[in-house]
Amino acid sequence: MTESIKEFTSKFGLPRLIITGFFILICIISVFVGLPFDSMLSDIIRRFGMYGILVLAMVPAIQSGIGPNFALPLGILCGLLGGMISMELGFVDAMGFWSAIIISLPFAIITGWLYGLMLNKIKGSEMLVATYMGFSAVAFMCIMWILLPFKHPEMVWPIGRGLRVTVSLDSTYAQILNKFWAFEIGGVNIPTGLLLFFLGSCLVVWLFTRSKIGIAMKAAGDNPKFAVASGINVDRCRIIGTTLSTILGALGIIVYAQSFGFFQLYMAPQFMAFGAVAAILIGGASAKRAKISHVILGVFLFQGMLTVALPVANELIKEGSLSEVLRFIVQNGIILYALTQVGGGE
Amino acid sequence: MAETNNEQITKEDIKELNPSFNVKSFFQDNIVTILFVFICILGVQLSKLPLFFIANELLVRITRNSFLVLALIIPVLAGMGLNFSIVIGAMAAQISIIIVTHWGVTGVPGFLLCAFLSFPLAVLFGNLIGRLLNKTKGQEMITSMIASFFANGLYQLLFLFLVGKIIPVNNPILILSKGVGVRNTIDLSRNGGIKYALDNILKVPIFNVFMGVGIIIIIYGVCKLYLGNRYGFKRISRVKQISILILGLIVFITGYIFTFSEDLPNNLRMLTNLKLPVVTSLTVIVLCLFNFIIVKTKLGQDFRTVGQDKHIASVSGINVDRTRIIAVTISTVLAAWGQLIFLQNIGTLNTYGSHVQIATFAIAAILIGGASVSKATIGQALLGVVLFHTLFIVSPKAAKELFGDAQIGEFFRNFVAYGVIGVSLGLHAWKKTLKRTKK
Amino acid sequence: MQEEYTLQMENIEKEYFGNRVLKGVNISVKPGEIHALLGENGAGKSTLMNILFGMPVIHSTGGFGGEVSICGEKINIQSPKEAMEKGIGMVHQEFMLIPGFTLTENIKLNRERLKGNIISRLFKKDSHKFLDYKEMNRDSRRSLDMLGIGIEEWVTVAGLPVGYMQFIEIAREIDKSNIKILVFDEPTAVLAESEANNLLKAMKKLAKTGIAILFITHRLDEVMYAADNVTILRDGELVATRKKEDTNVLELAELMVGRKVEVSNKAEEESRKHKEVMLSIKGLKVNMPGEEVKGIDLDIRNGEIIGIGGLAGQGKIGIANGLMGLYETTGEIILRGEKLKLNDTKESLTKGLAFVSEDRRGVGLLLESSIEHNVTITALQIKGKFLNRYGIFNQIDSKKIREHSLKMIEDLDIRCTDPQQLTKRLSGGNQQKVCIARALTLQPDVLLVSEPTRGIDIGAKKLVLDLLVQLNKELGMTIIMTSSELAELRSICDRIAIITEGRVEGILRPGDSDRDFGLMMAGEYHKIHGKEAI
Repeated sequence: MTESIKEFTSKFGLPRLIITGFFILICIISVFVGLPFDSMLSDIIRRFGMYGILVLAMVPAIQSGIGPNFALPLGILCGLLGGMISMELGFVDAMGFWSAIIISLPFAIITGWLYGLMLNKIKGSEMLVATYMGFSAVAFMCIMWILLPFKHPEMVWPIGRGLRVTVSLDSTYAQILNKFWAFEIGGVNIPTGLLLFFLGSCLVVWLFTRSKIGIAMKAAGDNPKFAVASGINVDRCRIIGTTLSTILGALGIIVYAQSFGFFQLYMAPQFMAFGAVAAILIGGASAKRAKISHVILGVFLFQGMLTVALPVANELIKEGSLSEVLRFIVQNGIILYALTQVGGGE
Repeated sequence: MAETNNEQITKEDIKELNPSFNVKSFFQDNIVTILFVFICILGVQLSKLPLFFIANELLVRITRNSFLVLALIIPVLAGMGLNFSIVIGAMAAQISIIIVTHWGVTGVPGFLLCAFLSFPLAVLFGNLIGRLLNKTKGQEMITSMIASFFANGLYQLLFLFLVGKIIPVNNPILILSKGVGVRNTIDLSRNGGIKYALDNILKVPIFNVFMGVGIIIIIYGVCKLYLGNRYGFKRISRVKQISILILGLIVFITGYIFTFSEDLPNNLRMLTNLKLPVVTSLTVIVLCLFNFIIVKTKLGQDFRTVGQDKHIASVSGINVDRTRIIAVTISTVLAAWGQLIFLQNIGTLNTYGSHVQIATFAIAAILIGGASVSKATIGQALLGVVLFHTLFIVSPKAAKELFGDAQIGEFFRNFVAYGVIGVSLGLHAWKKTLKRTKK
Repeated sequence: MQEEYTLQMENIEKEYFGNRVLKGVNISVKPGEIHALLGENGAGKSTLMNILFGMPVIHSTGGFGGEVSICGEKINIQSPKEAMEKGIGMVHQEFMLIPGFTLTENIKLNRERLKGNIISRLFKKDSHKFLDYKEMNRDSRRSLDMLGIGIEEWVTVAGLPVGYMQFIEIAREIDKSNIKILVFDEPTAVLAESEANNLLKAMKKLAKTGIAILFITHRLDEVMYAADNVTILRDGELVATRKKEDTNVLELAELMVGRKVEVSNKAEEESRKHKEVMLSIKGLKVNMPGEEVKGIDLDIRNGEIIGIGGLAGQGKIGIANGLMGLYETTGEIILRGEKLKLNDTKESLTKGLAFVSEDRRGVGLLLESSIEHNVTITALQIKGKFLNRYGIFNQIDSKKIREHSLKMIEDLDIRCTDPQQLTKRLSGGNQQKVCIARALTLQPDVLLVSEPTRGIDIGAKKLVLDLLVQLNKELGMTIIMTSSELAELRSICDRIAIITEGRVEGILRPGDSDRDFGLMMAGEYHKIHGKEAI
């Protein structure tokens, strides 16, 4: 164990130290400017659960060797499609939530599998192609959101064609996980269901990485040549990793949406992958290695920082969306840093 | 373009030596371009837009956008792929526009001052990007893309918060009423700003230009033919020169007919109203020449060597890192000037939006023109601009006619821009892996 | 007297991290002389050349001892660029040519002829000058003509036959106006025979113009054909310098290989001779880049240690990789009378082969993973060991893994802090033991070991070799050991197959003479001893 602790600290790295330091700093500032601590903590916890699974989706992708899955929008779109269809069919409450997940699964599996097949053809350039695959899928689905024959009055525009930009879940399953077994301690709201669902997903992924196929996948990602020499089908492992990541993306967006209260369609998913990638990198992952602990730490630090930064920034500078700009800088800065670590030398 | 003659002769001859040139491979190599020619023709048909409208829009867009697309060529030459960070060059341009607008310098002097100011900024930015890309060899494109996102964050930080808060600027035209942050849109035509500074210096009916260009081509062709006889080129080059002559004649005659003929059909007659902004076009041509000439210099040869094989380049004593930095820096400076040309034509600066998409669109254009990550020519850039912007012009209307919804057209062209980048990059990567496994 | 020689290297010594790789080597080359440099892999040839070229790897590891002089003038070369300026040229083994460039552009690479223009005059910078293709073409033509190459200078290199590429490299070197000495690093290794002959002729022609030539090779007949003098290195020592007239192929072979060898015990070998065939290889071809196998027939008997030797690039490495299905393979492999499915690693592993790769860090290990993970993963994947099963689900059995790895660590004496230690933190010898432990965990019938001692220190080398012998004796394991170090093959193997040019040149006993080994390694055995070998 001491070895892995040492490993951990040496890998903690400069940018993560900076971000942790920054997080602590703004927490202190927030106390000084007198922001309500309890509601802020509630917020951090809620966002932690809300974004968690999207970040978790990076784990199988990185472990199987395709790198951070910049094509996460593919999974997200499958989730959205599942959500839309479940709503169109008139499912509500728990039934609506679970049917959304179940309906999105086949889409995610097929998309992930096809996408995995494609990634096997372009080894070494996954990140860039993935980004544009994600972008073009989002643009394509924009057209589909208009053309697909959805009829449900809460989903389509009252006048004109196509689905609304945001589809409210108030009448179906908004907050369904958040409210499940929710309780309050000292003004801090704990969305038990949400947290359990996220941690449960983490557990499933963790168990998967400890199964035979999970170990093969990790070896394929760590050192493809080694994996081949151990009789592991590397291409198949990569497809499994990609598919799993896509499924988690679909699952993630449904969990996100129920907490948020809306499904966001059209261009909204375009940049969602970047936030997720940044979070896991902040948690200590690299483009080649990722663990569940990286997800939990990363999503907590990243979302925590953003949650606290927003009111603090608003206290400091009243105008504009400083925290949004800050998110942009941190998010892309950390990805950039990770890239310099990968590419260097060669 | 005519200067490429010499190089093409050798290429033609080689093709004759190894008979690899055939129709099938031509189609395979240019599948993207051919596909888009058809999509464009289809779009033009579907949109039912008048020819004059399309031609006019296209002319404006070609002169407006070509410079930016041409800025992509040198990094491709140096093996760094498509430079997504031209966005950062565009930021340099916009910073200088905001400064110049603040100083109140207008018209041509204002434009020149912008160009002058953006130069050191772009050199600085380009240098930094170059250093970054040297740390991420093999991942240049994704790095340059993320770098442009990152820089965009810093850019917003600068203009949304620092201007007014830390950098004291008191200018109601620029600054939001709260006193902090630059306005979302800055009107560049106010008080005769830099709007059309370049375009309006000289505008000439396009068919007069046709005649002029025709005459120049003919003279060039004749000279070449005469000199060619003296040097004793082979038969194939003779055919080439005669076809140049014929091309010149066609251009001249088209121009002549449109200018002087009285009995043209109405929709064609409208075309005679098209006017070409001569100075802008000349700038673009000068850039083409620059791109062309730089290949002939020692520096250009270094770019090519580094682009082909970094290892061999460094073994033979070329400073690879420095060469790459120079390539990106040139690209960034050109992008800055390209953005200036773009904005003087648009007339309004969208402070936080004008630059965001330019890399995507420029790269999509050059790819549609038939370029790839490792090869891009001036011709491909210009062809790509024509095709991509034709699509841009007609797609909303075409979608409206087809689906009854113009928005679909807008989404469609986004889809096309992203899709073509994704697919071309994917194909390129695929070819690379194929090559690797074959080895 | 001094000026008589173009190049003199005197008493050259070099240490890499306390390991002496050159021990006082002298070499002198006269103008117009072709001087062959002969030696096995690792004899010190490339280190000597690196010194001559002032490669950074020399100076970053503490420089070297001795003196180098060119035309009687003592020099201290600090960088390849300086070497170039002093008139030292090199024809590389792997081509330094850019396929997309024309012959001219390749020949004049970074030495382009320039002509000024307005802008370059304005800024006074060479980089703004135009290339003067006319002059460049003329220069290239001159060099190409000198070599008797008829190809047009504006043709692109891509698609030219390999034989020509070598000549373009040479043309580039002789185009340098001050070239005094030219080094050919195994120039004929990739050439067909007729091409090689052309090259040697061109070399002789060049030498006539007064250029001194240093010719590194292991083909003895080429030495006899082209060289004037021969210097032989072995283990960093100068063994001999001979005039061509005073020597012959047999002597050269002996000099190249000879060393004191601890030969394995033959008594046991006799008893093994009659044992049944374990693995039979028929017409094996393996498409492994750089180590191509071009048709091998070999029978491996149960319980023997068979060595596979030969020089680098001749294909010995390809055999084990082919048996494991790691590179495209054709032919027939029969294991215990049963045909093995080719190109299927899983099949090979399941049927009882296990492989310790020559590329320890690249293929052999998961460097970022723990020892226990490395040791057990292959058996886990192939045999389903170390798993707890729950219906269709399964989970790794950490307890069993720990038990097994602790046992392995003890058995093989792997020096580590605990089984959790990452393999990248282990020394080379211990890493190799982890690789062997992983192979043993599969409980194989045949163990393939490639270059087991590469890059590990002497003490660890002995341990690894002893371990192999122990496995062979105690468990009766059949071992196929591939190695570039003839001495270590001769110290533990029962038989040694020497591979040249992708085929079995012959099979020798460890006790056979140095001369036979030398001849076989150089591919001369057949030519001298007639047709088929043993």
